[in-house]
Amino acid sequence: MSDLHYLTRRRALRSLSAGFGYMAFTGLASQASGRSALATNPLAPRKAHFPGKAKRVIFACMRGGPSHVDTFDYKPELSSNNGQKIDGRSIMESPWKFEPRGESGLPISELFPHLSRHADDLCLLNGMYGDVPAHPQAFVQLHTGSFQFVRPSMGSWVLYGLGTENENLPGFISLSPPARVGGAQNYGSAFLPALYQGTAIGALGRPIKDANLQNLESKRLTSDLQRRQIDFIQEMNRDLKNRQDTNNQIDGVIKSYELAFRMQAAVPDVMDLAKEPEEMKDKYGIGQPGTDDFGRQCLLARRLAESGVRFIELGHGNWDQHGGLRKNLAKNCTGIDQPLAALLGDLKERGMLDETLVVWGGEFGRTPHVKKQDGRDHNHKGFTFWMAGGGIKGGLRFGATDENGIAAVENRTHFHDLHATMLHQLGLNHEELTYRYAGRDFRLTDVHGKVLKDILA
Amino acid sequence: MSVSAAPAGQLDPAHISFFEKRVRPVLVNRCYECHSAGEKIKGGLRLDHREGLILGGDSGPVIVPGNPEKSLLITAIRHTDDDLKMPKKEKLPEQEIATLTKWVTLGAPDPRVEESEPFKAAEIDYEEGRKFWSFIPPVKRNAPAVKDSSWPLTGIDRFILAAMEDKGLEPVADANRRTLVRRLYFDLIGLPPTVEQINAFLHDEGSIPEAVARLVDQLLASPHFGERWGRHWLDVARFSESNGMERNYTYPHAWRYRDYVIAAFNKDKPYNQFIREQLAGDLLDETSTPDTTREERLTATGFLALGPKILNERDKQVFQMEMVDEQIDASTRAVLGLTVSCARCHDHKFDPIGIKDYYALAGIFTSSRTLYGTKGGGGNRQPTQLIAVGDKDPAQAAAREKHQKTLKTVQGKLTKTTKQYQNLKKQSARNKGRKPGNTGKNAAGPEKRMAEMRSQMENMKKEVARLRKSAPPDPDFVMGVTEGTAADCRICLRGDPKKRGPAVERGFLNVIAAPNQPPINDEASGRRELAEWMVARENPLAARVMVNRIWHHLFGAGLVRTVDNFGKMGETPSNPALLDQLAVNFMENGWSVKKLIRELTSSRIYQLSGNHHEKNYRVDPENRLCWQMSQRRLGAEAIRDAILQAGGQLETSPFPGSVLQKLGDVNYGRSDATSLGKEVARHRSVYLPIIRNALPEALRIFDFAEPSLIVGRRQVTTVPTQALYLLNDPFVLEQTDAIAQRLIEFSTEETERIDLAYTLTLGRPATTLERERSIALLQDIGAGLGTENDEDRQRVAWATLAQGLIASAEFRYLN
Repeated sequence: MSDLHYLTRRRALRSLSAGFGYMAFTGLASQASGRSALATNPLAPRKAHFPGKAKRVIFACMRGGPSHVDTFDYKPELSSNNGQKIDGRSIMESPWKFEPRGESGLPISELFPHLSRHADDLCLLNGMYGDVPAHPQAFVQLHTGSFQFVRPSMGSWVLYGLGTENENLPGFISLSPPARVGGAQNYGSAFLPALYQGTAIGALGRPIKDANLQNLESKRLTSDLQRRQIDFIQEMNRDLKNRQDTNNQIDGVIKSYELAFRMQAAVPDVMDLAKEPEEMKDKYGIGQPGTDDFGRQCLLARRLAESGVRFIELGHGNWDQHGGLRKNLAKNCTGIDQPLAALLGDLKERGMLDETLVVWGGEFGRTPHVKKQDGRDHNHKGFTFWMAGGGIKGGLRFGATDENGIAAVENRTHFHDLHATMLHQLGLNHEELTYRYAGRDFRLTDVHGKVLKDILA
Repeated sequence: MSVSAAPAGQLDPAHISFFEKRVRPVLVNRCYECHSAGEKIKGGLRLDHREGLILGGDSGPVIVPGNPEKSLLITAIRHTDDDLKMPKKEKLPEQEIATLTKWVTLGAPDPRVEESEPFKAAEIDYEEGRKFWSFIPPVKRNAPAVKDSSWPLTGIDRFILAAMEDKGLEPVADANRRTLVRRLYFDLIGLPPTVEQINAFLHDEGSIPEAVARLVDQLLASPHFGERWGRHWLDVARFSESNGMERNYTYPHAWRYRDYVIAAFNKDKPYNQFIREQLAGDLLDETSTPDTTREERLTATGFLALGPKILNERDKQVFQMEMVDEQIDASTRAVLGLTVSCARCHDHKFDPIGIKDYYALAGIFTSSRTLYGTKGGGGNRQPTQLIAVGDKDPAQAAAREKHQKTLKTVQGKLTKTTKQYQNLKKQSARNKGRKPGNTGKNAAGPEKRMAEMRSQMENMKKEVARLRKSAPPDPDFVMGVTEGTAADCRICLRGDPKKRGPAVERGFLNVIAAPNQPPINDEASGRRELAEWMVARENPLAARVMVNRIWHHLFGAGLVRTVDNFGKMGETPSNPALLDQLAVNFMENGWSVKKLIRELTSSRIYQLSGNHHEKNYRVDPENRLCWQMSQRRLGAEAIRDAILQAGGQLETSPFPGSVLQKLGDVNYGRSDATSLGKEVARHRSVYLPIIRNALPEALRIFDFAEPSLIVGRRQVTTVPTQALYLLNDPFVLEQTDAIAQRLIEFSTEETERIDLAYTLTLGRPATTLERERSIALLQDIGAGLGTENDEDRQRVAWATLAQGLIASAEFRYLN
C-alpha cells in the first residue's frame, strides 16, 4: 500500500504546521500534498525507520509486582543472609530452589518447570528499576512512560508508528486489562488520534472465555439480511460521494462499512478456540483449572499474532504478595508457566518467534525482606523483566541487582529503556517516533531511554 | 536576589582552607544525609552547594552571611528553638556548632561551586518576542474593497471575498433553505430540526438572509443553545466527573460546574466576565460581576479544580506542583492559546515565555487552595474539603452555623450530665455496698438528684431530636478554589520540586504584560489580578482566541486552525485582518458570544453551499479561504441526540444533577459501571456521566474530547467500530424500533412513511430513486425474515430502513 518512507511522512506532517492531528481532523480529506496512503488510511501498514527484527509485540503483563528473587533473579546470598537485618528489615530467603537451565545455564526458579525448557530463548533483564513503588503510578508508567501526565500507551505508539497488517482486526488488543490502576489509560491513545487506542477484550478477574468485542453481531438481522442492509447504506453513501465529495470523507465511511462487515466474521473467527486441535489446547493448559484462563489468552495471542495484530497485551494477576507468598506466588507461576512455555514453543514451531517480541513483567518487583512471615513488599528499585524472540539474545542475564536483590546496580534498565528497546526491535527509533501536541513533539520515552544494544541478537 | 557570599575565585585562601578542614566535614557528616542532591532534600534545602545555603529551603534562606544570630542554620544547630532543631536526633558537639558559627561570621566562604547545579535564567528578548503576530494587540480594520461589491452581505464577506479575489477564486453558490435549516439547528443547538421546524423555515416569507436572521434569534434564545455551546467550552475546560489517572476517584459535585457553563452561555454572560469568574469567582462580588450569585461565582472556580491529579502521591510538594502545572496549562491554553507549561523546566523553546514567567504564575496558584473533595484513604493520599454553597448563602450558611452551634451546646450539656449521672450512680452503688445499713438521709440525696438529672437528660434528648429535625438543609458542595497562604513560588530546577532556585515575584507573562497592571498585594494570591489581566482589553490574545474558537465551530476550522496554540508552533491566521476585526468587535460588543454568532451566521460565507469548484479546489484544496462551506462530521453528542430525536425519544428537559452525584464519593475503578446512566439514557448527551477512562460508548466511539486534555478541536476519525456501533449496538436497535413505530403509526401509505423516515433522519424527503430502493429493501427484509407474524415483519423491515438511514454518511455529515 504505502511506499511512502516514514521520515518523508514525518516531514510531510511537519509541513502542515498543525501536524498529524489536523490530517486526522480533516479525516480523509484529500490534501494537495498528496492522496497518500496515510491521508486516506492512517492504519495502513507503514515502513519503519529502519528494518526491524520484530513485526509485533506480545506483552504478558503481570499486575501486582512479581517477586523477582523468587522467580528469575537468583540471589544465592539470600540463604546465607536469611533472617539477618539488612536495611533495617529481616531478609527472607526464597522458599524455592533455583537451578541452571538450558545450555546457557540461566538460573530459573523451580516454579517454572515449563518455561525453564525455553531458558535459551529468554533474556532476563535483572537490572530493571522504576520511579514509584505504588501500583497505580508504576503500572501507568510501565504502559505510558509517565506516571504524572496522561500520555499515549506503548501499544498506541507502536500502532501509530507501524499501522496494522490486518484491518479486519483491531491493531492493538489488550486481553483482560485491569479496570483499576489507570484502567483504560493503559491502552489509551491520549493525544494520538483515537483510532490508535487499544481495544480491550475482557477484564482482569473475569474469564476471557466469555469475553468478546462489542457489537459484532446483529440481534435483529441475519448476516445475509444485514449485508442487504449494508448494500442499501452503501448506495446512499455512493450517491452522496458523487453529489459532493470533493474530499475522501465519504469514501472513508464506505470503506468503514466493508471493513466492519468483514470484522464481524474475522473477530469471532480468530477468538474461537474451538478451531484449534485438542492437543494444541492441552499444550497451553486449556481445560486445566489453574492454567485455563491464561492458557486461552496465550493461545489467542498466537492466533492474533498470526492474523497480523501489531500489539497484543495479556493480563494476569494478582502478583501483590504482601502475605501468602508461598501459596499464591506458586499458584500464579503455575498459572502462567505452561501457557507461556506453550506460546514460545508454538511461535517457534511456526517460525514466528524471531519476528515476535515476547515480553514478560509487572509494574515492579518485591523486596527480599519478609513481611508477615510469608510476604514481601513493593520494590521499584530492582526487579526483573524478560524478553524472548524478536531479535533478542536468548540465554542471557542482562543487568543485576545487588547481592540481596534490593536495588538494580548493574546495567540498570528503566521502563524508558525497555520502551526504547521494544521500539528499536520494531524498527522504530524512539527519538524519531514523535507526535506534535500542544506545541511540542512528544515521544513514548519523553527525553529519556536508551536501546539495550547488548541484548540484541 | 542578593547573593552575598563571594564567588570562589575571590575567596581568601585561608578561608578556603578553613572551610575544607573544618566546615565541609561537618556538613558532609551531619547534614548531607538529609540535605543534598545525592541523598534527600528535606524541606527543599540543599547544603551541598553554595547557592543552596543562600537560597535556602522551604523556610527561606538558612544563612545570613556575617550574621550567625540571624541565620536559621545556626538557630537550628543550637537547638534553642523548639520548632527548629537540627539535626533532629542529636545536637552537634559544641565544637562543631562553634565552627559553623564562626564560618557564618566570616561571611560563609564556600568554594563548592563546581558541584552545584546553578540556576541560570537566560534573558529572553521580550521586545523581540512581542513582534510575533499574536502578541501584537488587534486593531480595528476596515473591510477591504472588493471587485464584486454586490456579493457581500456583511463586512466579514468583504474580508473573505477580497482574499479570494486576490487568489483568483470565486465563491460557490448559496446553500438552499433545506441545507441551511439543518446547518443552523445543529450548529446553534446541536439538534436536528423537527419536521415542523423545517417547514416553518422553508415557508418563511422573507428572503433567505431574513429567514436566517429570524431563525438565529430564535435558536439563540433556546435553552438548548447553552447545552450545545457550553459543551464546546467543557471540552476546553477538560470537564470530567472523576479524577482519572491511576486512582479514579469520583467528583460527584462537578456537574454544578457543567450547569454553570450551560447557563452562562444561555444568558450570554460576557466572555470576559465568564473567564474572570472561573479564575477568581471567590474574590468577586455583585459589583464586580453583576447579575451573579455567590454560589455561581464559587461554582465557576471549579474550572481550576477539575483537572486530573496524582492523588496517590505521598509528597505534598510534588502533588502541589503537579496540580499547579495542570492549572497553569488549562488556564493559559484555554484563554490565551499559549503553552505556558512548556516553561516549567526551562524557558519555552519557541515562545517568549521564560521559566520565571511560569513561576510568577505558579506562585499565584500555590498561594491558592484548590478544593476538589474526593474520598480519602484507599490510595488517595490527597483528599480535600469542598466549598459549601446553598440557595440562600451566605444567610443560609449563617443559619446552619447557628443551628449547629446550638445543637453542639445541647449535646455537650447532655454528655456532661450523663457523665455526672453515671458517676453518681456508681458512687451510690458503692456507698450502698459498703454501708448496707445506712440508707438514711445521705442515700436519699443522691437518689433525688439522680431523678432530677434523669428528667433533665430526657428533656435534653428531646431537644437534640427536635434540633436535628429542624436543621436547615445540608449545604450543597462545589469544587473550586479559595485563597491560601500568599507567597511567591521558588523555581523548581529542571521542574524538580525538591530542587529549588530563587523565588519569583507573583505576576503575569512579561510578553503580554499590560502597561498599567496593578501590582499583586502581598496578602493576596493574585488570582484576582490574574483574572483581570487574562481578559484585559490590552491583552492581545483572549478575544482573538475565543473568536477563533467560535469561528472553528461554525465553519469547521478556525481562521487559526491550531485553536489551542497561538504561539510559534501554532498556525498563522488565514485572514489576519478579519481575525483582528472580529476580536475588536467582540470586545466592543461587550464580549457577547451570541452577538458574535449572530454576526457570523448572517454572513454570506456562512450561508454558502458545499458545492465543488474545480478551479478553487486546485488552488485551495483545504478551503482555507472559505470559498465553500466545509463538510463537517457531527460531534458524538449531536449524533446520539439526533438518533433519539428521530424516534421521538429525546427527553429535552435538562437532567437534574448527575448520576455521579448519586454514586457519591467512590474510587470508580471499584464500582459497577453497568448500572450507571440508565436514568439519563434519553436525555441529551451533555448530561451523560463523564468519567475519565470510562466514557459512555456512544460518545467515545465518535471522537468525544478526551476529558483529561484541553481539547479545542476534536479529532475526527472514521473507523469500522463506528459502523459496528450503528449496525449492532442495542441503543441504536432500540431507537430505530421507535422510529419504525412512529412511521407505522403515521400512515398506511408506504411512500408517506418513506418520506417521513428520510425527513426524520436526513431532514429531506426521499428522491424517486431512493423511494424505489427503500421499497426494495423493505421487501427483501420482509421476505428474508423467518417470522410468520406480519406485524413483526413490518416493524423489523421499517426499523431496518430507518437504521440504514441513520447509518448512512449523510446522517452524520453536515453540509
